[in-house]
Amino acid sequence: MPEETILETRDLVKEFAGFVAVNGVSLRVARGSIHALIGPNGAGKTTVFNLLTRFLPATRGAILFKGDDVTHARPAEVARRGIVRSFQMSAVFPALTALENVRVALQRPLGTSFHFWRSERTLDALEARAVELLAAVGLEADRDTVAVELPYGRKRALELATTLALDPELLLLDEPTQGMGHEDVGRVVALIRRVAAGRTVLLVEHNLSVVQDLARRVTVLARGAVLAEGSYDEVSRDPAVLEAYIGATP
Amino acid sequence: MSGRALRAWAWAAMVLVGLAAPYLVYPVFAMNVLCLALFASAFNLLLGYAGLLSFGHAAFLGSAAYVTGITLRTWGLPTELGVLAGTAVATLLGLVFGALAIRRSGIYFAMITLGFAQLVYFLVVQLPWTGGEDGLQGIPRGKALGVLALDGPITTYYFVYAAFLAGFWLIQRAIHSPFGHVLRAIRENEPRALSLGYDVARYKLLAFVLSAALSGLAGSLKAVVLQFASLSDVHWHRSGEVVLMTLLGGMGTVLGPSVGALLVVTLENYLADVGSWVTVITGAVFVACVLAFRRGIVGEVRALVRRSFIGGKP
Repeated sequence: MPEETILETRDLVKEFAGFVAVNGVSLRVARGSIHALIGPNGAGKTTVFNLLTRFLPATRGAILFKGDDVTHARPAEVARRGIVRSFQMSAVFPALTALENVRVALQRPLGTSFHFWRSERTLDALEARAVELLAAVGLEADRDTVAVELPYGRKRALELATTLALDPELLLLDEPTQGMGHEDVGRVVALIRRVAAGRTVLLVEHNLSVVQDLARRVTVLARGAVLAEGSYDEVSRDPAVLEAYIGATP
Repeated sequence: MSGRALRAWAWAAMVLVGLAAPYLVYPVFAMNVLCLALFASAFNLLLGYAGLLSFGHAAFLGSAAYVTGITLRTWGLPTELGVLAGTAVATLLGLVFGALAIRRSGIYFAMITLGFAQLVYFLVVQLPWTGGEDGLQGIPRGKALGVLALDGPITTYYFVYAAFLAGFWLIQRAIHSPFGHVLRAIRENEPRALSLGYDVARYKLLAFVLSAALSGLAGSLKAVVLQFASLSDVHWHRSGEVVLMTLLGGMGTVLGPSVGALLVVTLENYLADVGSWVTVITGAVFVACVLAFRRGIVGEVRALVRRSFIGGKP
């Protein structure tokens, strides 16, 4: 039985004033899998993320999420449909506490986010769920710490907790282990594996051992185009991939 | 002491000071402070909590003052209706300006709002029923709720004070509402708020319209208090002054803008004898404050209180 595709792109192209950053990328991400997007610097990985979340409009091509065309949806709508991204640099709300960070993500489904006449105490009901999410990433002791004061690794954990608060079907993680020490990397990998249960993860990652550990399928991008696709073992033996990464083949 | 308890105390203190004020200082002075404090607080809702610097807020204050003037003087409507009409016009103006400006940010947003405000200024100078250079003089205060004659300064003061409290309450409620939390998230990290599914432009627009509406309320009250509407209310100086008041008192604090307004109006009032030097002195105070305490007066006090009583980082 063929696997269900949750996200598909068809010949996605992004041009910036004559420079082609993404050149005809066609992807298929299977539901329930962890799919990695790798490639040398400047290969267009983050641009693909920006196209998928509609932070950038695509020049050509189509994006289908669960069979629906979302090529022209607004960014907030893409998020509401269930594609939620993280950012390369940690994306928290710096002046809010850890609890408030997560609660902001939880409050949208209440439908009162435009209600300026209502007391903030109506948000207290979300506290239990927020604490649960913080505990899931090991931040229960930091609930009242202002996010800007958290060390880097915990900021990333907080960002993940905030993302999970939306219960997204498709999680886009942009270099989740970037700038982390060895121990933190191990913790984040375990965390990603845990949260990936029951959802789909598309991951941009430079750390190849993380990719090998986590990803069932790997797409290699180089100069904006798909160079190879397959399991980690398959692509790591591909001569074209070796050339793109190391420079020259013997 | 928790943040909520502290806030309750600040409220109680403010209400008491406000009730006693007309017996302690010249009532018209106190009313002028109230109007500008409401104006600065409305401005702060936008700058301090949505992170948007408007440089055209005089348009809302001034147009409301003129509309109130016309409805009370020319049409002879009751005072409340005049105030409501002024507020309504400022709200509509805020909706139109906001819808056009909100997608730009930073200096571009400031310049677009300034441009719109200049347009309003030009209209006020040119239109036949605004009195041109002279402004609208002799606006009657009328009767509040049809019975309470607003001829005495004390009665008028309490009418203005009630309206001020209502406006001020709405602002602080908006800040501490589900909407206020989203607004703060947008101010802190806009792309992240977007990626959580919030249509940031719509939240900013609502903040802009609320701010315009309450600035309008302030302008309408000002016209009732001073019994005139003048070009200085729509002039860009006014837009600059409200930035100054907000920064002096403390941007992003609930009480800061009111403290800033009190300080600026006091300086202007009690230094009136020294003539044009007022501008120089106000400017020097502003520069000194921004250099010495960047968080503004209330912001610095709050940081001090937090360090000493609530704890936090040693």
